[in-house]
Amino acid sequence: MARILTYRDALREALRQAMEEDPTVILMGEDIAGGKGAPGEQDAWGGDMGVTKGLWGQFGDARVIDTPISEASYIGAAVGAATCGLRPVAELMFVDFMGVCFDQLLNQAAKFRYMFGGKAKTPVVIRTQYGAGYRTAAQHSQTLYSMFAHVPGLKVVVPSTAYDAKGLLISAIRDDDPVIFFEHKVLYDEARDDVPEAPYAIPFGEANFVREGDDVTIVALGRMVHFAAKAADVLAKNGVSCELIDPRTISPLDEDSILESVEKTGRLVVVDESYPRCSMAADIAGLVVDKAFHALKAPIRQVTAPHTPVPFAPVLEDAFIPSPAKIEAAVRSVMKGA
Amino acid sequence: MQLNRDVLTESYRKMRTIRAFEEKVHDLFETGALPGFVHLYAGEEASAVGVCAHLDDEDRIVSTHRGHGHCIAKGCDVEGMMLELFGRRSGVCGGKGGSMHIADLSKGMMGANAIVGGGPPLACGAALAAKTLKTGKVAVTFTGDGGSNQGTTLESLNLASVWKLPMLFVFENNGYAESTGSGWSVAGGDILRRAHAFDMPGFQVDGFDFFAVHEIAGEAVERARRGEGPTLIEVKFGRFYGHHEGDAQTYRAKGEVERLRADHDCLKNFRQRVTEAALLTGSELDAIDAEVDRAIESAVAVSRKAADPDPAVDLLTDVYIRY
Amino acid sequence: MSERITAITMPKWGMAMDEGTVVVWHVAEGASVAESQEVVDVESPKIANAIEAKRAGVLRRQVAPLGSVLPVGGLIGVIADADVTDPEIDAFVAGYEPPEAALSDSGPSIATVEANGRTIAYLDIGAGDPPIVMVHGFGGSLASFMFNQSSLAEDRRVIAIDLPGHGASSKDVGDGSALSLADAIAAAIDVIGLTRFHLVGHSLGGAVCLHLAELRPAQVASVTLIASAGLGPEIDGAFIDAFVAAERRKEMTDVATKLYADESIVTRRVVEDMLRMKRIDGASKAMATIATQQFPGGRQSAAAPTDSGVPLLVIWGEADRVIPVAHAALASGAQRHIVAGAGHMVHAEAHAEVSRAIAEFCNAHP
Repeated sequence: MARILTYRDALREALRQAMEEDPTVILMGEDIAGGKGAPGEQDAWGGDMGVTKGLWGQFGDARVIDTPISEASYIGAAVGAATCGLRPVAELMFVDFMGVCFDQLLNQAAKFRYMFGGKAKTPVVIRTQYGAGYRTAAQHSQTLYSMFAHVPGLKVVVPSTAYDAKGLLISAIRDDDPVIFFEHKVLYDEARDDVPEAPYAIPFGEANFVREGDDVTIVALGRMVHFAAKAADVLAKNGVSCELIDPRTISPLDEDSILESVEKTGRLVVVDESYPRCSMAADIAGLVVDKAFHALKAPIRQVTAPHTPVPFAPVLEDAFIPSPAKIEAAVRSVMKGA
Repeated sequence: MQLNRDVLTESYRKMRTIRAFEEKVHDLFETGALPGFVHLYAGEEASAVGVCAHLDDEDRIVSTHRGHGHCIAKGCDVEGMMLELFGRRSGVCGGKGGSMHIADLSKGMMGANAIVGGGPPLACGAALAAKTLKTGKVAVTFTGDGGSNQGTTLESLNLASVWKLPMLFVFENNGYAESTGSGWSVAGGDILRRAHAFDMPGFQVDGFDFFAVHEIAGEAVERARRGEGPTLIEVKFGRFYGHHEGDAQTYRAKGEVERLRADHDCLKNFRQRVTEAALLTGSELDAIDAEVDRAIESAVAVSRKAADPDPAVDLLTDVYIRY
Repeated sequence: MSERITAITMPKWGMAMDEGTVVVWHVAEGASVAESQEVVDVESPKIANAIEAKRAGVLRRQVAPLGSVLPVGGLIGVIADADVTDPEIDAFVAGYEPPEAALSDSGPSIATVEANGRTIAYLDIGAGDPPIVMVHGFGGSLASFMFNQSSLAEDRRVIAIDLPGHGASSKDVGDGSALSLADAIAAAIDVIGLTRFHLVGHSLGGAVCLHLAELRPAQVASVTLIASAGLGPEIDGAFIDAFVAAERRKEMTDVATKLYADESIVTRRVVEDMLRMKRIDGASKAMATIATQQFPGGRQSAAAPTDSGVPLLVIWGEADRVIPVAHAALASGAQRHIVAGAGHMVHAEAHAEVSRAIAEFCNAHP
């Protein structure tokens, strides 16, 4: 049966199946059950966006743990517990809060394996929400995944569909290295897909070819995959055949697929909702210029947000987020060789 | 205080090993034989050994940048540690961690930590794992007076209390956070007062007195094992050396270090008490001293000749388990 | 619909296909076209393939230009006899309406039955008895027959089944033998409630069908084997091993290209669909169990029974690189249909020809 699930429901199913399969998988985070120590209902929230709703009811206090608002301590606790036999999945409610706990990931989790001479294992997953589109403004709408991809020792996952979300989260939980798992807040409801009921695991470092084409390669991440697909549909009707690649994980990054595609098409547009400086768009463009320069028939175009904080006013936020029209325009410009 | 002979000799051996190791590292550093930073624990031995005497290999500790003492107290291999300080391939971290990141997970030593305040959250995690997996084990986080002011530490005190974690917060207050005095930097002067704020029992103890530390730590460990939650212990003492080797220590009073060495040496205190109580003889202790010195000399000799890591191979390994 | 005028319409290849794009015309307006000749390439987001002519005639009209997107059932072109007049063609095109079934929004969906402790998934379309039951091969799923099931279902009920260990069926494959799999399918058929049926089996599914015919000779009206296992000892062991081991696109692409003579069919989408099936927990292990049982050391371990007395048609692609076409001669008493230039997935590569051969054989043995 074609069983259509939302991205949110697919994530919850991944968590539930992983917890059923392995008793060392525990969840912690702010309000992931909700109601702890309060006089009313327990499991009142199930997470700020409802991803973990119902899991407390099934697994209880010992495995679905509400935390105080103290990211440094509980993200660090998740990291420490991971080195001691648990497989914690901790939620950083918004990636914008990374500032208060980044040390635990940058200097602790990422580095144990290397610093301790190959003798540490830190199987921790940090799930976090990212992205603009809901008018949540400057401190609750950023992308920031490139800051984690920058760090050796961390793996970074950015699923764009409900099918990918479930398979990648199951892989993340089974992975023995620290994984930062980025969920786009708009996709919780807007991404829907045929999701198999059985558990399945999608390997890291394996891009998905959303469309095959010959004229131009578009690499896009997260919600931008859907925007790029819309642009590609319009372009197809106008005789431009786009190859659309969704890397799915940015660390490890499936460089081979991107390079093979650019060798074929000779043109590259990268779509990244991030701020432009030190973004994944800049990273991928740099990689292609380094390793496939002679295949290029046109400059590489990076379609990103501008170098500004995320604005609040709807008209401004809409102008901030890369749109299908902007992606289309970028493709047209590289088709002209410009 | 009734400790059996084995505990006494083992504790003395460990404290003496730490002292000898640190003094030797001081000398080596002065000759330029050791790369990077070292932060020496000489003078503070009673704290590490008094606490770790109650722990086994599956109990966990986290330390600070001043981690050699905790490593040795927890049973890490001394030769492996010396090799690590020399940056050798056969060091306990493959030469890839160095003094500030020295660790041995097989002994429950989760690492020295170069980030002030980096340890307490990790120790909360170790305690959470012990509680979740019902192992009956405990976690100890050793933090300095400087680290007692770090946000991560305060959050961890709160978290450990709220989650009733089986752990100890051992604050080693040696009077200085780098070059500034703890009497000034710790609001209220005593770290002990923070125990009350975070709803856990708190104790202050003379860190030059092995027996005092040992007794308080024992009670706290038992409390944790019984599931009654965390305890805060403030150990007050002093360090014989600077914040790091190369520190001119001009922020200390004239003659302060000399007075510490003369009047507040925990090894001398220990020797005096056990010989006066006829628990051990002076010559037994001398024999331990000689064995320890030989072991340290041997570790240095091995380390001087050992091979470095190979850049062509070791630089890129062990970033991930599988990428 | 007049038999003198035949519509070429947008096919439904697989459940997910709602519409397709016309990509390449292979035949010009006014040119003659032979039966089974490739007339036009269409593609949907998931699948690309050629529509083959169902009959000989003249391509009178290319109704849908390049790049046009039509829903399933939409009119793409018209083949007619040479003597049909232009006004007749015009009238046909103007008055054309897709059949009701093609327009409906709710397409058929995969159903399941519980049989002998397993969940067996299947796709059940069309009407008319006796139905055809289609059994796919090693590493496949009911989608293996996506280019055949719809057109066969125009005349009768067609049920494509997921073998245990595959698709959406349970991953428990017992000892992994074709006989075990046949038992599981027989139990499922009983629960679905079929009393008499035709069997079509591809590759490993062919061996399963032969066992089924031996188990239920009174129920089985005919058996069509397509590039079947169980007839001779040879099989490409490296292919089987690689299939079991493949977890990433590169590995699976190498495996997939061996299945076809025309490698251009192996789009990234085809490979991704194969990977999706294999990623399901338990699928790889199930395939490994079957491989160890049925194809140990690069050889087929057991012959399937061919003497049940049931009428037998054997179809093979001449360029099969997985199981050699020579095995087609090993089923004694069988009718044979060899397709030139096609590989192991002959039912996909020459789908119109194979579907027609199956339909004719079933009609001849009701």
